[in-house]
Amino acid sequence: MRHLSLILFLLLFCYPFLASNTYAEIEIEIVGTEEGGGDAEGSSGQPIAIVPFGGIERPPQDIAQIVTNDLYHSGRFAPMPVATLPEQPSQASQVHFPVWQQAGIPHLVIGRVQSSATGDYTVEFQLFDINTGSQILGLSYNANLNNLRQVAHQISDQIYKALTGERGVFGTQIVYVVVQKMGKQKQYVLYLADADGANPRTMLRSSEPILSPTWSPDGQRVAYVTYDPILSAKGLRDKQMAVYVQDIRTGKRNRVSIGRGIHGAPAWSPDGTKMALTISQNGNPDVHILDLQTGNLTQLTNDKAVDTEPDWSPDGQSMVFTSDRSGQPQIYRMSTAGSNIQRVTFQGSYNARARFSPDGRKITLLHNGGGGYQIAVMDLDNNRINVLSRTSLDESPSFAPNGSMIIYGTGASLAAVSIDGRVHQRLSVELGKEVREPAWSPFTE
Amino acid sequence: MKKLPRYLILTLMAMTLAVAGCSSKGKTKPGDEVGGPGSGLAAGGAGTEEGGDGTGRPGEGAVGAIPTERVVYFDYDKSDVRNDARAVLEAHAAYLQSHPVSIRLEGHADERGSREYNLALGERRAESVKRALVIMGVTESLMNTLSYGEEHPIDPGHNETSWQINRRVEIIYP
Repeated sequence: MRHLSLILFLLLFCYPFLASNTYAEIEIEIVGTEEGGGDAEGSSGQPIAIVPFGGIERPPQDIAQIVTNDLYHSGRFAPMPVATLPEQPSQASQVHFPVWQQAGIPHLVIGRVQSSATGDYTVEFQLFDINTGSQILGLSYNANLNNLRQVAHQISDQIYKALTGERGVFGTQIVYVVVQKMGKQKQYVLYLADADGANPRTMLRSSEPILSPTWSPDGQRVAYVTYDPILSAKGLRDKQMAVYVQDIRTGKRNRVSIGRGIHGAPAWSPDGTKMALTISQNGNPDVHILDLQTGNLTQLTNDKAVDTEPDWSPDGQSMVFTSDRSGQPQIYRMSTAGSNIQRVTFQGSYNARARFSPDGRKITLLHNGGGGYQIAVMDLDNNRINVLSRTSLDESPSFAPNGSMIIYGTGASLAAVSIDGRVHQRLSVELGKEVREPAWSPFTE
Repeated sequence: MKKLPRYLILTLMAMTLAVAGCSSKGKTKPGDEVGGPGSGLAAGGAGTEEGGDGTGRPGEGAVGAIPTERVVYFDYDKSDVRNDARAVLEAHAAYLQSHPVSIRLEGHADERGSREYNLALGERRAESVKRALVIMGVTESLMNTLSYGEEHPIDPGHNETSWQINRRVEIIYP
């Protein structure tokens, strides 16, 4: 595989109406791609022309630009620079197919934004197959100021689906933790943002660590771990670990677990009714299941080793977790009753923090096979481990809901890599801050 | 966390002095090689009242004072108490037997690997220290454990020198 690094450099532009938290905005940069099969240009994806949308002057969001960024960041497309487009039609009647055929571009996107008397917007777009001169897709959306960006992501999703056959993730969201030193203290902020890093919103700010954010399967809530102050009778200002569930819309949060020792590593069951947790009731960390409706706690593992970082298989039948019962951390699988425990990883001295792919056929994990702590994917059919990251202090991998990408933490920034290892992106916040523990949301309707 | 830096700085300064005095390296490194001087110093801080064996140093350990060395270190991915931690823990055990106060054992890990596994590792380290202190005669109910995993490194560096300072349990007095 040939390596064509540092081909392109693209920054997301700023969105003026989201002024509240723009300082924590993530910048996405594609840092390298490797040639895949069949790319005409041998570059980072198939060429596509996305013409600036017509209609009203200066709409509040540049729809074509957002779609361009989305498709570019997927690694599957190479949108043409606007300056090189042979013409800039906004209506089907204005498209001259021979001109585009001559430019060698297989697909063309045009569109329009119209405003209505009530101050809302109508967004229309069409996707054309240049070679046949036919329309592949044409859709119209009603939008308002607040969801115009979301409509742009939906258009990206439609184009992506039509041309790759795979569902797009441009309309999904991510959560992540930003850590900043404030004198001797650290400040931890849990953010929720669009999958492209735009529109960051603060979910929680704390001087105590915020750890292990994870999505509920319906995409409406996020569980995380933090430390709560406890006033003890003996005058010692004590702290205990606590697991919270927070609603992303209302911001309302509930503490679901607290106590001495470890209370952490939350993972939702696929039906959302239960949560796997690591709790060290008798001084030893073991995997437990908390019934979120009844509050009943069931202990699953019972070994004198560390058992932690559970994740449910998408079918709800089994669980993977990290255990050092062999002397070093490795991934194990068991039934959700805690029976039939089997070791899954045998390659490498350190395998931890496994997460199932959306189809349940792979896991992504933190792997050390001699090259440092790297993100890898393991195919559960043949137990083959494929290292995807190129750095050596990586952690916290999380699958995109379509399984196409993995987002993870590396040093002080986040990174994303396509599941085939071909496209690498770096997502960073401003200097002096550390961003970590990304979790990609599931699909929501 | 807020109270940490003051005594840690003292500790590190003391250890630097100790190391500088008997080693040509002149580098603070709580690994095995400086375990001797580090633990000797700690024992000195505490050994003033209960069976003091003459290792006390000037300016340290007023009678019945809390031992000044309040950190013990661990090997990579290990939670068993090292031999060089024994003297430090014995000093605390002696103090706690004559001054039964509640303490917190705070476990920490270095930055490598996954955060949740490191939390578990920090917890295991704190539990090991607790068990050692129980064997040395400290009442179990006086000790709480809390793990911060890799969240609060002493040394922010990304190399073994930093990592071995960060793999630790801190003994926190009220």
